[in-house]
Amino acid sequence: MPQALHELKETASQTAGPYVHIGLAPGAAGFDIYSNELGHDIAGPHAAGERIRIEGVVLDGTGAPVKDVLIETWQADANGIHAHPGDPRSGEVAPGFRGWGRVITDFDTGLWGFDTVKPGPVAGRDGRLMAPHISLWIVARGINIGLSTRLYFSDEAAANAADPVLALIEQVHRRQTLIASLSLRDGKPLYRFDIRLQGDGETVFLDI
Amino acid sequence: MTKPAAFFQRDRTWHPPALTPDYKTSVARSPRLALLSIENSASELTGPVFGHGDIDPGDADLIRNYAHTGDPVGERIIVHGRVLDESGRPVPGTLVEIWQANAGGRYRHRKDAYLAPIDPNFGGCGRTLTDAAGGYAFRTIKPGAYPWRNWVNNWRPAHIHISVFGSGFAQRLITQMYFEGDPLIQRCPIVRSIPDPRAIEQLIAPLDMSAAVPFDCLAYKFDIILRGTRSTLFENRLEGN
Ligand SMILES: [Fe+3]
Repeated sequence: MPQALHELKETASQTAGPYVHIGLAPGAAGFDIYSNELGHDIAGPHAAGERIRIEGVVLDGTGAPVKDVLIETWQADANGIHAHPGDPRSGEVAPGFRGWGRVITDFDTGLWGFDTVKPGPVAGRDGRLMAPHISLWIVARGINIGLSTRLYFSDEAAANAADPVLALIEQVHRRQTLIASLSLRDGKPLYRFDIRLQGDGETVFLDI
Repeated sequence: MTKPAAFFQRDRTWHPPALTPDYKTSVARSPRLALLSIENSASELTGPVFGHGDIDPGDADLIRNYAHTGDPVGERIIVHGRVLDESGRPVPGTLVEIWQANAGGRYRHRKDAYLAPIDPNFGGCGRTLTDAAGGYAFRTIKPGAYPWRNWVNNWRPAHIHISVFGSGFAQRLITQMYFEGDPLIQRCPIVRSIPDPRAIEQLIAPLDMSAAVPFDCLAYKFDIILRGTRSTLFENRLEGN
């Protein structure tokens, strides 16, 4: 026998189940317990950058909206800085900007949405810039391990065309599944991003 | 802090696959195309940072954090352990959130209609930050088993749902903790979505009499392992194509 590596194994994932709201969004489960429920304010009131709203639904393999999803979001600020000590520029992150959010779908319609500032481009592994994007992590009943994906922006065509992650998607038409489409609502930018768990137009999910 | 190093690749054969037909809800909610594997960039290596300003010290005590007229009904327990990475290093200052049914197996949730009663003194959620050694502790009530719609007569083993962050978004994990000796564990299609029996054993917390409080609480110990961090010994790398 060779020497042992003594590495531990990552704890296996289990579905978040139908009652994920109790733990992560108890207000939505129907009760107030914490003085501060986390994940409501992604960008804070003072961060510079374009204020945007993002909305969508998550569809299952039959095309029905999934109404018990919880999505977490993670992004850089408008200058491409993450509010994390591992970012060499974290000291310059926009004041009050956190970059992390937690949203749930409406129990009746399946619609989810959040407000934030549009992120700036972030350097990729080789220093090449990645197009502005928001990382998403999706959990729900029936999802055995959280699904990771990215949301890019339709008005960043040139940056998207040069993005090293989008470029890895071999079937070029599937890159569209990661691009949120811009419209205006009451003069304010609104991006639509529908996530298809399975079937026609299945969203590209990432093994990160 | 120096630039964070990439995480160990996630062992997808150790985790449950997306499609596990015996857990019926997974059938229509499982992606069928292959995941796109990407190397970690700043977007995956960083993640939200939480501090003591985000939570209250009492949030970790489920016996008291929702009590109105007295303590909740049920077996009083401490659930404690450490959050470590795959190299055995503690993960300090990370947010651990839990949620669970009450002693009768009923959740305080508008969508739970099981006939077991709501406990007026039990909310069913708690949260805490790990200490410098990666340690965490909750005080709670042992949850009851409950029936769920899958096969006609499926019951979930007693379990606590656990959410952990780690330092980077790629470490994000939700799992469930089970209790030593529960005969429902091996019968549960959600547990059995995990292919490797050793990975299931890792989700079963042993009774821990050393942490029990005489005449007050039993205790269970549950360590949580997050993805480890690669040490880059040489900078040579394969050129992309
Ligand atoms: Fe449960």
